[in-house]
Amino acid sequence: MIYRTNAMICTCTNCISNGALQVKDALEKEIKKKHLEGDVKVVPTGASGLCVNGPILVVQPEGIFYQLLTVEVVPHVVEEHFLKGRPVKSLMYVPPGEEAPIPNIRDIPFFKNQRLIALRNRGLIDPDEIEEYIARDGYRALAKALTSMTPEEVIAEIKKSGLRGRGGAGFPTGLKWEFCRSSPETPKYIICNADEGDPGAFMDRSVLEADPHSVIEGMTIGAYAMGGTQGYIYVRVEYPLAIKRMKRAVEQARDYGLLGKDIFRRGFDFDVDVFEGAGAFVCGEETSLIASIEGRPPEPRMRPPFPAQSGLWGKPTNINNVETWANIAVIINWGAEWFSQIGTDTSKGTKVFSLAGNINNAGLVEVPMGITLREIVYDIGGGIPNGKKLKAVQTGGPSGGFIPSDLLDLSVDYDRLQEAGAIMGSGGMIVVDEETCMVDMAKYFLEFTTSESCGRCTACREGLQAMHQILTNICAGQGKDGDIELLNELAPAVEDGSMCALGRTAPNPVLTTLRYFKDEYEAHINERRCPAGVCEVLIAYSIDPEKCKGCMLCVKSCPQGAITGEKGQPQNIDQEQCIKCGACREVCKFEAVIVR
Amino acid sequence: MTKLRPQDLDKIAQKVKRTMLLREGEGRMRVIVHMGTCGIAAGARTIMKTLLDEIEANDVKDVLVAASSCAGLCSREPMITVEAPDQPPVKYVDLTPDKVKEMFSRHIMGGEIVTAYALAQGSERML
Ligand SMILES: Cc1cc2nc3c(=O)[nH]c(=O)nc-3n(C[C@H](O)[C@H](O)[C@H](O)COP(=O)(O)O)c2cc1C
Ligand code: FES
Repeated sequence: MIYRTNAMICTCTNCISNGALQVKDALEKEIKKKHLEGDVKVVPTGASGLCVNGPILVVQPEGIFYQLLTVEVVPHVVEEHFLKGRPVKSLMYVPPGEEAPIPNIRDIPFFKNQRLIALRNRGLIDPDEIEEYIARDGYRALAKALTSMTPEEVIAEIKKSGLRGRGGAGFPTGLKWEFCRSSPETPKYIICNADEGDPGAFMDRSVLEADPHSVIEGMTIGAYAMGGTQGYIYVRVEYPLAIKRMKRAVEQARDYGLLGKDIFRRGFDFDVDVFEGAGAFVCGEETSLIASIEGRPPEPRMRPPFPAQSGLWGKPTNINNVETWANIAVIINWGAEWFSQIGTDTSKGTKVFSLAGNINNAGLVEVPMGITLREIVYDIGGGIPNGKKLKAVQTGGPSGGFIPSDLLDLSVDYDRLQEAGAIMGSGGMIVVDEETCMVDMAKYFLEFTTSESCGRCTACREGLQAMHQILTNICAGQGKDGDIELLNELAPAVEDGSMCALGRTAPNPVLTTLRYFKDEYEAHINERRCPAGVCEVLIAYSIDPEKCKGCMLCVKSCPQGAITGEKGQPQNIDQEQCIKCGACREVCKFEAVIVR
Repeated sequence: MTKLRPQDLDKIAQKVKRTMLLREGEGRMRVIVHMGTCGIAAGARTIMKTLLDEIEANDVKDVLVAASSCAGLCSREPMITVEAPDQPPVKYVDLTPDKVKEMFSRHIMGGEIVTAYALAQGSERML
């Protein structure tokens, strides 16, 4: 059965929470009502990427992109577009600051400037149908590896591709596989790390939701290369949809004999189980993840020995991130040479980022390594909302750092980011505008790591707490001379005294803000002033007599009655009574309310 | 289910690709059926159906089918436009299922414009 139109509706977690399933039902009903069920097929997909604008519908083959759908508009879309072929302009994407909608998904800069490898099937297949994955070259790489490559050749190919781990540290994947392969003990275990603990990140979730088989195929190829027999996909329990789709995918793969005994009749056995993880941030660290599967408390342990020598139940274990696994089949299919042409000298391929913060097109993007931050923020991200200025970009989550706007032409690559004090990390990217206080941001991240520290190492437990306290004081107007120096001394002490990377990287947000935004710290401490106008204790509201027209809107909005003045004359704020709620600034039409 | 062999992947892919082939938006030709109220009244749905059947029966993988609105010539509906790169679009008018079948084998498969049913060459933009 073929259809002239495929209505690809995104059913990722974000879109579902915005009502995608109701829209899908309404679409199906309306299509039936108009007797179009033989012409138009509704296909649920995962992760369209432009998540802020969900629910999203892409109508193929024309590639018409609809956003912010509701059940109410469905009959109109079906009548106009599906029946009469007139795409509905009012539901199309309009670029920030412009008026004309862009009808075609292939012309929207957000999509046009991306390069999809890990997310190659996003929006194109139904994740619940293994046949659709197969039709897009699925399991072909596995067949190729099993029938025409030795395990050593597979490892050599991955090494040659230059693929590095996408979960944080960026360790060369082929090398890690080689360590595991050369460990003499058996059995060997293969793990997929889908814990994804960085606050706000959802790269891995979207791969699992949109294309679960790409992970299974990658792991099976890895198992063949390393001699693994059992795999685990460790998914955090907060991802119910990802868990459901993954479990279904595992069952379908077993049904087809793509998991289990004697895969492709080549005498190779491998199976996978989905493990629902405990949910703490530290569970994502590999040794504590292993402890968690074994049923022990998820606490990191000293390395070496590395998991490749002694991992799950003391046996050789290889653990890679979701996105790392999703790249494997493509490398085997297309070859290391092709893959290594994408990216920079030391960073090959693409990286998925979840773009968040003060940015117009928040969402999920996959870009070639070596792209500049400027291209990500302005070309793909559509710039900063409300005409504000960019202040910094944070990469790498709580272990990462802030890159200031004057380094915006920095190329996104493991080494350049590290030189700038940040890290690639697993792909969190938070954009902050000029009205963001950098001391406050550093405090926010430290709050997170302090509360997620497992507490085993004194340096991590006590050191982070001490740093957090200093930041809290600074923001509360109680900063002292010597605070900056103390932070600079504590940071390396915490880094050196911590066993796992949580503690070893947690000071990064503080260190990078100190490096690039020291003046903001100094303003807080020496002048008791928050330049971004965020830290409540340190700001004062006043009215610019030049701009004030005396309309008295602010007087009405003030819950304290702190604003007085004659009609038609500049108003005045009583600092004693002001509670810094900002209501006057919101209502003022003449931007006469100043925050200092 | 029986255990897959590598060559079985192709069979599965073939089967499903037919359903999926129109998703990727690349094709050597595009056939547009004008489905305005007038077109539908004149039988555009049957024309659409015939077209899809022909594509399936001939296992054609690189022709896209789209619906568009009334082409402004309501008296000559049902009407379709055939578009191919580097060629001016061709409009066929007063269609019946048999005419569609003939047009399909001669023009879409054979590349020959069926002048007997063609109205004129001229463009009809999708957007
Ligand atoms: C505190 C902490 C949290 C981590 N969380 C994750 C995570 O959520 N997902 C992940 O893939 N790796 C995480 N890692 C990194 C893993 O320890 C490990 O390096 C990674 O899974 C290896 O896969 P890769 O080589 O494919 O990147 C975390 C590390 C630390 C120290
Ligand atoms: S408790 Fe050991 S690094 Fe945090």
